[in-house]
Amino acid sequence: MELVMIIVIGFLFAAATYLMLSKSLLRIIIGTGLLSHGAHLLLLTMGGLKEGAPPLLGEHAERYVDPLPQALILTAIVISFGVTAFFLVLAYRSYQELGTDNMEQMRGKEEDD
Amino acid sequence: MNNVILRTITAVVVPIIALFSIQLFFAGHYYPGGGFIGGLMAAGAIVLLLIVFDIRTVRKMIPINYQWLIGTGLLFAVGTSAGSLLFNVPFLTHAYRYVHLPLLGKTSLHTAVLFDTGVYLVVVGITLVIIETIGESD
Amino acid sequence: MSTLHWAMVAPFMLALFVPFLYKHVRSIHTGWFILPLPVALFFYFIRYMDIVQQYETVTETVPWIPSLNIHFTAYVDGLSLLFSLLITGIGSLVVLYSIYYLEKEKEKLHHFYVYLLLFMGAMLGVVLSDHLITLYLFWELTSISSFLLIAYWYKRERSRYGAKKSMLITMFGGLLMLGGFLALSVMGDTYSIRELLAHSSTFVNEPLFSVALLLILLGAFTKSAQFPFYIWLPDAMEAPTPVSAYLHSATMVKAGIYLVARLTPIFALSPLWIWLVGGTGIVTLFWASFLASRQTDLKGILAYSTVSQLGLIMSLLGIGALAFHYNFAENIFIVATLAAVFHLFNHATFKGSLFMVVGIVDHETGTRDIRRLGGLMTVMPMTFTIALIGSLSMAGLPPFNGFLSKEMFFTAMLRVLEADIFSLETWGILFPVLAWCGSVFTFLYSFLLISKTFLGEYRPERLEKEAHEAPVGMLLAPMLLALLVIVIGFVPNILSDTVLAPAVYAVLNGLFKPGEGVDVHIAHWHGWTPEVFMTLGVIAVGTVVYKTFPKWNGVYRRLPERLSLNHLYNRLLEWMEKGSFALNERYMTGSVRTYLIYIFTAIIALLSVSIVLKGQWNIEISRFAPVGIYEIVLAVVIVAGALTTLVSKSRLTSIIALGSVGYTVALFFVLFRAPDLALTQLVIETISVALFLLCFYHLPKLRDHGKGYSFKLTNAIISIAVGVVVSTIAFLSHAYKPFESISQYYVENTYEKAAGKNMVNVILVDFRGFDTLFEICVLAIAALGIYGMIKLRMTKEEKLEK
Repeated sequence: MELVMIIVIGFLFAAATYLMLSKSLLRIIIGTGLLSHGAHLLLLTMGGLKEGAPPLLGEHAERYVDPLPQALILTAIVISFGVTAFFLVLAYRSYQELGTDNMEQMRGKEEDD
Repeated sequence: MNNVILRTITAVVVPIIALFSIQLFFAGHYYPGGGFIGGLMAAGAIVLLLIVFDIRTVRKMIPINYQWLIGTGLLFAVGTSAGSLLFNVPFLTHAYRYVHLPLLGKTSLHTAVLFDTGVYLVVVGITLVIIETIGESD
Repeated sequence: MSTLHWAMVAPFMLALFVPFLYKHVRSIHTGWFILPLPVALFFYFIRYMDIVQQYETVTETVPWIPSLNIHFTAYVDGLSLLFSLLITGIGSLVVLYSIYYLEKEKEKLHHFYVYLLLFMGAMLGVVLSDHLITLYLFWELTSISSFLLIAYWYKRERSRYGAKKSMLITMFGGLLMLGGFLALSVMGDTYSIRELLAHSSTFVNEPLFSVALLLILLGAFTKSAQFPFYIWLPDAMEAPTPVSAYLHSATMVKAGIYLVARLTPIFALSPLWIWLVGGTGIVTLFWASFLASRQTDLKGILAYSTVSQLGLIMSLLGIGALAFHYNFAENIFIVATLAAVFHLFNHATFKGSLFMVVGIVDHETGTRDIRRLGGLMTVMPMTFTIALIGSLSMAGLPPFNGFLSKEMFFTAMLRVLEADIFSLETWGILFPVLAWCGSVFTFLYSFLLISKTFLGEYRPERLEKEAHEAPVGMLLAPMLLALLVIVIGFVPNILSDTVLAPAVYAVLNGLFKPGEGVDVHIAHWHGWTPEVFMTLGVIAVGTVVYKTFPKWNGVYRRLPERLSLNHLYNRLLEWMEKGSFALNERYMTGSVRTYLIYIFTAIIALLSVSIVLKGQWNIEISRFAPVGIYEIVLAVVIVAGALTTLVSKSRLTSIIALGSVGYTVALFFVLFRAPDLALTQLVIETISVALFLLCFYHLPKLRDHGKGYSFKLTNAIISIAVGVVVSTIAFLSHAYKPFESISQYYVENTYEKAAGKNMVNVILVDFRGFDTLFEICVLAIAALGIYGMIKLRMTKEEKLEK
């Protein structure tokens, strides 16, 4: 299973990178979304898959899966939500103000100040 | 949206979601759940209301200033963490005690719940501040 | 904390109250509140003289960062006591003087005294710290306070230039010195100066020895304004005169001297040390005294004079290090160290009084230009007397204290000729020759200082205001110093056992035992020795040079301006500014995509290098979880979703495809036994999609800006490389386990320590509560940011409408 996940993760990262390198704002935001999904799966896979019961002591199992990556991912999910929301608003506000979504035209140059 | 079916279902579903969110929150220490999930679930319920009704109606239904909610939540979390300093233990040390309550039997009272309440409030607050501000912006 | 520590901290604590005092007690000059502190500290340090006289030392330790074994250790011995007395003693006089110098109505006294106290505390810290890193911290703090004080009149262009220059040069040296300290601590395996000194003789063969030596000397030379770094000191004269008297003459510039003296036992065995310290010192002495004679600004003369006198002390310390190469019984080089310490003290007295006198002249006439001054002797008789005493002492004439230490300096320089190591037997002749030439010029500028200011014709029309004698309060401080000059000139031996011998003992740590003592008796007359003839020669030639000065001072104009160090410094600065600007322009293109390419390429490069170097490939695939049909289906869905986002031309499709990836991830969480994650991901995804749709109307349509084959190819290559590298890392992580996982701790303690059963939640709220606390803070910031981006715009528009 890990092998399959590794390939999926690699694909997610590649797709995310490709989108982030494009010049359109919305694609970049979608790219960051994909990147965080990839990162979450990566963490989970690195911790080992299905090596025991869910990390609930109520299960009374011999082995539990690693709880630490899960805690990390939970934090990351919520943070990435906040970041995505921030990006979205940043994107549409700059689109409104600047009238373009082309990153090449959004260069901060001194003469703009 | 003037969709009668959606409105009727929403009216029934939202209290259930809200209750579920509270259940998730309190179960968090033993079963899946906790401040993040509970908070998000509650926020989800209110987002559903916002989609079905408009902002003004929802404001009347739930007269809460969500920015205040963020502040209150942070205060809860920081306050609980700093509270441990009063007992001369490091910042963010939690304490718990088992008590016997009528009907519920042996239950543990835990300061982590207070901390988690802070998380819950912050999550509800930020989600709705974000959604509301964007919704109002046109 | 011991009283010693309180003494070091006291200036900082008083500095906290200065702004309040200034604000609320305007009727009294703020300086009066400051004055008691240095006076009290001076008398506090006087008490240590009894201890130090017995060749004992005091060490007080306060734990600072105990886990890193860093302690705040204060250490008093003869050397640090001498400096402490100078800092607090001269400090008291300078504060007293400043009360009359700076008018309380016009000046920003709260700034001035805060900086001054900051400096005082930092300087005490430098000389009393035993820990190298603490010393470094205080050292840089003195540079910073010096910067602030030079720029005190920050509206003047020259002040800002001087402040920046001094900061750049001294901080540059300080940073190098830190490197030297680190090298030293690596060699000795300790940061404590005392411990380093205790086994100093073992370092000389270490490979880092020369590195440490060079770096530390660079720090000391920049701070003490040695050749070629002296150029900052003349420009530092833009500071108010009390500051020049205090920092740039009596104390701060002597920090380098202190460091060299303190570390002499460690490096003395190296010929490099002797030649660098001694040689740089003597060259500085000669060159600066030569340049001093051409200055037209009174403070400029004193600045170059200070540089040259610092060179004198430095060269004495270099020669003094020779003492470590000879047996005690026949040791003829101890006199150099004695002369260094003695002159250090004398210089503080006569130069301090001269600076104050120049300040008085400036204050009362409105100018410091010797071309406009003259004939003030009758107008300002008191000031003239003090100036005369100071100048004659500086020129090395009897019966003042400068004569005694100058004589001793000549003795030390002549004894170099007797050394038979490190080519000193041949090249050593340079020392007495340069020393003598430097002294001639010292004689010259001392007399120029007096004659141009006080003698000659009084021309009031050239002065800014009517000259008159300064108020008594202003004269008090220089008078006290002049008195010291005379008293020590007549009875120098009141210093010898109390201050000088312990200081020499401290510098030459471990060379002789306390009981053996060293002959510190200072006599005025030794018979017709070569030194006497040298002094007579200085007077004779000096007088001739002085008389003929107008005839030959055209020499100075012949010095090529283009080769001067100042010119070099300015060009270097200009070149660096241009260079860094050009470099910045080159790679900071302003395009986010370019930056992302940097970032991704760096990720690829760094990770692949470490994979190649550290990768372990022995992975047991059999231990992997079995592949189920659900997982395959989900994997296909997720890949399809990601592909859709890549190729889709419509916003809606992209958003929905992203949502589908998110929901599939949630299903993966279910399969991989992460119920909390699954729940969170589901709800978050729902809210995210709602969010995307809310923003939908505001967002631009998807347009393909990136046209062109090569553009897409670059993107594809980089993204495929990122994907491959990440996959490899994920794969290798199953083989490479450098240490035990910490996860088991949480599994075992969730119930015992936190009384919970859901490990993930317990980790979040309890074990790693800090992370969660900061996370919700970040979320709150994000929400506030969004709120600000949308709401604040409206207020801005409203403003524009108005």
